[in-house]
Order: sequence, then structure tokens, then C-alpha cells
Amino acid sequence: MTSLILRTATRYMFPPLLVFSIYLLLRGHHLPGGGFVGGLTAGSAFALYALSFSVAAARKLLRIDPFDMIATGLFIALISGLPPLLSGEAFLTGIWWEIPIRPSVTVSLGTPIIFDIGVYLVVLGVLLSLVFLLAEEE
Amino acid sequence: MFTLLTFCFAAALLAPWLHRRLPAYAGAVLALAPASVFIWLFFQLPAVMHGHPVEQSFLWVEGLDLEFALRLDGLSLLFALLISGIGTLILFYTQGYFKGHPQQGRFLMYIIAFMTSMLGVVLSDHLLLVFIFWELTSFTSYLLIGFNHEKEAARTAALQAMLVTVLGGLFLLVGSILLAQAAGTWRISEIIQRGAEIQAHAHYLPILILICIGAFTKSAQFPFHFWLPNAMQAPTPASAYLHSSTMVKAGIYLLARLHPALGGTEEWAAILIPIGTITFLLGAVMAIGQTVLKRLLAYTTVSALGAMILLLGLGTPYTIKAMMGFVLAHALYKATLFMIAGGITHETGGETSIDKLGGLRKAMPISFACALLAGLSMGGFPPFLGFVAKETWLHALGDYPLLMIATMIGGAAYVLVGFSIGWRPFMGEMPAGLHAHEMPPAMRVGPIILAVACLGLAFFAGTTGHTLIEPAASAIAGTPLKVHLHLWAGFNKYLVISLATLAIGIGFYRARPLWLNLAQRMAGWARFGPDATYQKLFASILKFAAWQTRLLQTGHLRHYIRYIVLATTVLVFTAFLRAGGLHKLEGLTPLTVRTGALAVLMILATVATVHSKSRLRSILSMGVVGYCMALLFTFFGAPDLAMTQLVIETLTVILMALAFYHLPSFRHSSSVRTHAIDLTIAIGGGVVVTLLVLAALDVQTPTPISDYYLEHSYTKAHGRNVVNVILVDFRALDTLGEITVLTLAALGAGALLKLRPKKKEDRP
Repeated sequence: MTSLILRTATRYMFPPLLVFSIYLLLRGHHLPGGGFVGGLTAGSAFALYALSFSVAAARKLLRIDPFDMIATGLFIALISGLPPLLSGEAFLTGIWWEIPIRPSVTVSLGTPIIFDIGVYLVVLGVLLSLVFLLAEEE
Repeated sequence: MFTLLTFCFAAALLAPWLHRRLPAYAGAVLALAPASVFIWLFFQLPAVMHGHPVEQSFLWVEGLDLEFALRLDGLSLLFALLISGIGTLILFYTQGYFKGHPQQGRFLMYIIAFMTSMLGVVLSDHLLLVFIFWELTSFTSYLLIGFNHEKEAARTAALQAMLVTVLGGLFLLVGSILLAQAAGTWRISEIIQRGAEIQAHAHYLPILILICIGAFTKSAQFPFHFWLPNAMQAPTPASAYLHSSTMVKAGIYLLARLHPALGGTEEWAAILIPIGTITFLLGAVMAIGQTVLKRLLAYTTVSALGAMILLLGLGTPYTIKAMMGFVLAHALYKATLFMIAGGITHETGGETSIDKLGGLRKAMPISFACALLAGLSMGGFPPFLGFVAKETWLHALGDYPLLMIATMIGGAAYVLVGFSIGWRPFMGEMPAGLHAHEMPPAMRVGPIILAVACLGLAFFAGTTGHTLIEPAASAIAGTPLKVHLHLWAGFNKYLVISLATLAIGIGFYRARPLWLNLAQRMAGWARFGPDATYQKLFASILKFAAWQTRLLQTGHLRHYIRYIVLATTVLVFTAFLRAGGLHKLEGLTPLTVRTGALAVLMILATVATVHSKSRLRSILSMGVVGYCMALLFTFFGAPDLAMTQLVIETLTVILMALAFYHLPSFRHSSSVRTHAIDLTIAIGGGVVVTLLVLAALDVQTPTPISDYYLEHSYTKAHGRNVVNVILVDFRALDTLGEITVLTLAALGAGALLKLRPKKKEDRP
């Protein structure tokens, strides 16, 4: 598929899609979104790129192998469950820290966000590994 | 004791590493583990002798009430001494036997792991713990028999031994559970004090039968005896250890251990005595016709195990004493003979048949001496331990003339076998072309010590009886017994019988060619034997498996989907009807124009999907269905779902399009019949799911779990988006499982995609 229109459109759509996917990931805890849908969105961005340019180009853009990404994601998700064990709580219990940014603003960060990042990476990796492998044989 | 067991298991794990580091001395270094156990046990002897068992326990699994309870009493002590003592010598022997063998480390690991499991069996005081170690011995023995895994015979024999013993293990497990229920406790030390209670229990007979099957399979009793001679595929160190002195005695140990609880009844005698006698005679008679060194020994082992069961079945104080004496004597001479047999084969370049051996006395003088001592002990010649044991044994059978005759026949066969190994290969002329030399020192240590023990312990028969046999026999009987063993018990009728047996045995040995001839003629009968039955059963199971695989696994994706959908539909529908079906239709949201329009669009798209002649169009139509679904979700206030559905639909279309790109275009459509079947199944599935959804409206749980999530989402989990909080916090473990499954799916799909043949022309 070599369509100039698609390529041009992809060039413009790719960065916002990625940013949007991360936005979805991060806002997930309070508003619709989350690691799963975030990963899927990022996956469609890369799939779009692979279809309009080439799989090789998409792989180059991704830099790391999708399977490595899956492993990393799974590892992160697993690790995020460990901190509560230190304080004697059950595996994967959410632990939150209040991080002061300015005197009036604090941000709460917790292990569930780390877990969600893991989910994001696994979903993205699984999707891309399949898309790349299927599209590569053309 | 726990420390020692852990230490030994650690030694097993270290074995391969140690062998890489110290290839020449690994066996000797590792022998420190069993040797330290042996020394420790030796120091417990005085306390145990005076009736003070060593106990240790801690809670292992709280919810199951599973205690790691260990107990060392007289019976355990004798077995543990044999296991660790012979184990130490076997490790030395292994070092010599496998000298320069690259896989020696692996063998050492298996055999030490086996030894530790066996120690576990005899030390455990908890029925489940016994079972765990019991299965571990089956498993490690599988590894040992199948050590030469390039040989098919070894693999088959290993599998056979494991199937038979593990099957028996399952019977044992059920028997143990029933026994623990009947006794009200898992602790063996308590169970054996509640004998009367257990024997009056309604389940007494099933318990007895189940445990006996477990013990009989392990101890190679008729009709399960066939696996033991076949297990001779194992390397000799393993045969000498497992199949003579330790593992096969696990069944004997267990029955002896439970004798106070289960024994002494008519049922006990009715099961143990006939089986024991048959096995004893069968093993002895089968042994006579054998020519291969190890098989000769294997059949006499079967026979000896039968004798132990027989003596245990009689259950009088005399027979129990005789049995324990025989256990000790048998372990010593049988391990020696096995080691010598392995040594002969090893040093003559692989000769296994006794008829092709001869004149080895000059080349292997030390082996000859050891073999002769052990062979004489086996035959029951004075002044060896075997003689002492046989004397006690005959004494104990004083009231049973028939069994006495059986013992004489069996005993004569033992004489024959003892001579066949201890005498025949070493005497006469060396056949041309046979080269032999003495075993290396590492292999000599074991046979020398054990052979000397065969002789030495007989001279200290009184002390042996008092320190070793007495505590063990007392533990079996459940009451303190006095054991007085004598090398010279005076001139009485038992001595005459014993000497007569020896004379008959020598006669048997002289007539050996006759027996061999007879055995050859009888060989055809084997196809009616238990081994053949096992083979037939095994083959028919494989055939059945092949048949049902052919039936179910057609290899067509279409069929698999059919099975899955049909099974799910039928099962769900049955459950649905059983739960009361659909009661009423209330509280349905009225149909608005926009939802109605969406529904119509979805139906049209579905029809288009099915009817389309091109795959791409089908997929796109299916995408339309999905998008409509996403829209429905937004109408009903589920933005998370809608969003995910939208992206998923898009990606599904992309993935499917990519996958279908590789397929040929529709050439021929399915038949009308296939269409009709698929349509029926699809409609059925749809209807059931619809019914289920409608019924779900009506389900009222006392306190919906969703309330809890809504309430605590922000206060406990700092999140306002409940859907996401459930995913990453409340039910994070589920999500972790899901992403793991996703990973596996990707790996599987990745492997399939990467491994497919490149192009048609490339295929062979």
C-alpha cells in the first residue's frame, strides 16, 4: 500500500495518537481510559504507520522488539505488586504516595499506575507482534 | 532429622556441579551426606533401643493440618541404617562404575535424591508425608531406571515401573485417607495405638485392601511383580540400591509399620499369606531358569519380598522376628551380589550371561571372595547371617508344615542362585576371548564391607538381634519382644531341615542344565503372564487415545469452533433451565428510535457478513456490527467500554484483513448442509446469550458487589473511574492473569507465524 494521502495523513496523525494514548493511560484512574485502551490506541497508531509505510519502518520507529516490550510490561506489572508485601499486606494492594509539587499542589501516585503502565506495554506489545508478523509476509 | 533430610536433598542438587569440579572424587565427597546420616543414626541407637523414639515435628501447611512429623523408632532405625549405610557404599561404587562417564553427576543427583526420599518414607510419622515421599521414590526410581534414556528398553521399563508403582501409590493415598478418618488422626504413632478401633471400623477391609495394593505394587508382589525384573535396565548401582535393599522394601516397611493397626486379623492373614507365598515360590522358580546375572538376582529379590510378606502375614512374634532378621540378611547379601554382578559385567566388557563366564577367580580374586561370602549367606550356609536368618525363619514356621515345605523349595532355589553368582563365573576355565580384571578400589569398598558384614554379624548374632532386630520387631508387634539370635541353636529338627535344604539346593545346582531346558520350553507361557497383560492394557489405552483423538481432532478450525460453541450453548442452557429459566420481563428500557435504528443496522450488517462473497467485505460488515455496539455502550453510559470496543473493532478489522490477505479467495462455498448446521448452532448460541442477559436483569444479590466498589473506589483506591480501579486495584490479580494469558497467546501466535513454510516451492 503506497498511498501518498495515507502517508501524509499518518505523518500528522501518528504523534497526536501516541500522546493521546498516554493521556488515556494516565487519566484512566479518574476518567474513562486506562492502560488497556491506551495500549490499544498506541497499537493502532503503530499499525497505521506499518500499513502506510512499511513494517520495517514501523519496527525501526518502535526501536524495541514487541516481544521484549511484552516481557518488560509483564515484569513491570509483577514488580508493582511487590511493595505492599514489604508492609505485610497482600500482593498487588495499592500503595499511594502524596508527592508535593508546589506548596498548594500535591499529586498522588500509586502502584496501580505502575501496574497500568505494565498493562499498557503488554497490550501494545501483543498487538504489534501480531500485526508486524502478519503484515511482514506480504 | 529435618536438617539431615534437607542436607541430603541439597547434596543431590549439588551433585552435578560437584562432579564437574571434581570428576574423579564426586562420589566419595557426596558419600559424606549419607555417611553423616548413618553416624547420626548410630548414635541414636541406645536411646531407641530402650524405647525412646526420637521425634520432631512442625506445622507445614496450616489449612490442611499437615505436619512435617518425623519419628525414629526401632523399625525406622533399622531401615534408615540400611538405607544410609548401603547408600554410602553405593556412592563409592558409583564413582568407580561410572568413572569418566559424562553423565555421572546426573546419576549421582538422582540416586541421592532417591536415597533422601526413601529416608523420608521411613522417618515420616504422618500418613500424607509418607505418601509424598513414597511418590518421590517412584519418581526418582523412574529417572534411575530410565537413566540410559537413549535405549528404548530402558525407557519402557522406567515407564512401566513408574506406572505400576504410581498407580499403587494412588490406592495407597485413598487407603491412607480412609485410615486417617477411621483413626481420627494422621499421625502414624497414634494410629498404631488404635488398632482395635480401626479393626472394628466399617471401612477396615477397604483400608486394608487399598493399602495392601499400594504396598504390593511397590514391593513387586504377585501379580505386580513383573516390573522389577524389567527394571534391571537401570545401571547396576541403581539396581543394587533400589531394587534389592531399599525401594522395593518400602511396601514391606509400610505394612510392617501399620501392622499394629491393621494386622493380626483373619483378613490380614488371608491377603498377605497367599500373596506372599505365591510371590516367594514364583520368584524362586522363575529365578532358576534365568541366565542373565541381574535377572537372576531380580527374581530372587521378588521371591525374598514375597517371603517377607508371608512372614508378616503370619504375624506371630516369631515370624516378625524372623522377618526382620531376613530383611537385614537379605539387604546385605543382595546388595553385595548386585555390586559384584555389575562389577563382572563392567570388567569383562559387558558380559551379562553366567553361562558365558568362567574362570574369573584369577582375574578378580577379591570379587570372588566377596561373591562367595555373599552367595553362601544367600544360600543359608553356616556360619553366615543368611543361615541365622533362615534358622529363625524355619523356627517361626514350626507350626505350618506346608509353608515349611515351600520354604525348603525356595531355599533350595536360593542355594542355586547363590552358587550361580558366587561360584560359577569364577570357577572352571575362562572362555576364549574373555578378558577381565579386578574392579577398581572404589567399586571394591562396598562389596568387601557388606560381605564381611554377612559373616561378621553372624558371629555377633546375639548383639545384632538385641540392638537391631529387637527394637524393630517390637515396633512391628506393637509390644516389646525379646530377640535372641544364635549362630548355633543346638541340634534340633530345624537344623536338619536347614541342612536338608542346602543339600537339595546343591542338587538343584547340579541339575541346572535341566532347568534351563525346561525354562526354555515354558517361555511361551509368558504371554499369559501379568507382564503380557500389562503390555496389552497399555497398547489398548494408546489405541483408544488414538481413536478418540482422530474422532475429536479433525484439524479443521471450523469443527473446533462448532464444538466449542455447541458445548458452551448446551451447558449454559442446561444450567439456565436448572436455575429456573426466565421468570419475567420487567424493567426493560423502552425502545427509542436511535437504539431501534442501531439494532436494525446491526442486523443488516450481520446478514451482510454472512452473505458476502468476499472476505474483506465480511470483515468490514462485522466491523460495522462492532461499531454499532460501541455506540450502544455510549448511549447507556459506559464510555470506557465504548472506547475500548471502538479501538478493538478497528484493530480486529486490521488484523483479520492482514490474516486473510494470505488466504486464497473463496473458491468453493460450503455445502447447504454445513450452512444449515452452522446457522442452527449460531442461532442457538445467540438465543441462549440473549435469554441469559434478559434473566440477568432480574437477578438480585443481597448486597451487590458493585455497591462496594462504588463506595470504596475513591476512599480506598484513590480513583474515581470505578471500571479502571477494579482492573488495576481491586481485581489486579485477575488482570495480571489476563495479561499473562495475552502474552502466551502472542508467543503462540508468533511461533506459528514465524515457523510456517516460506513458500510452496520450498516444501519437500
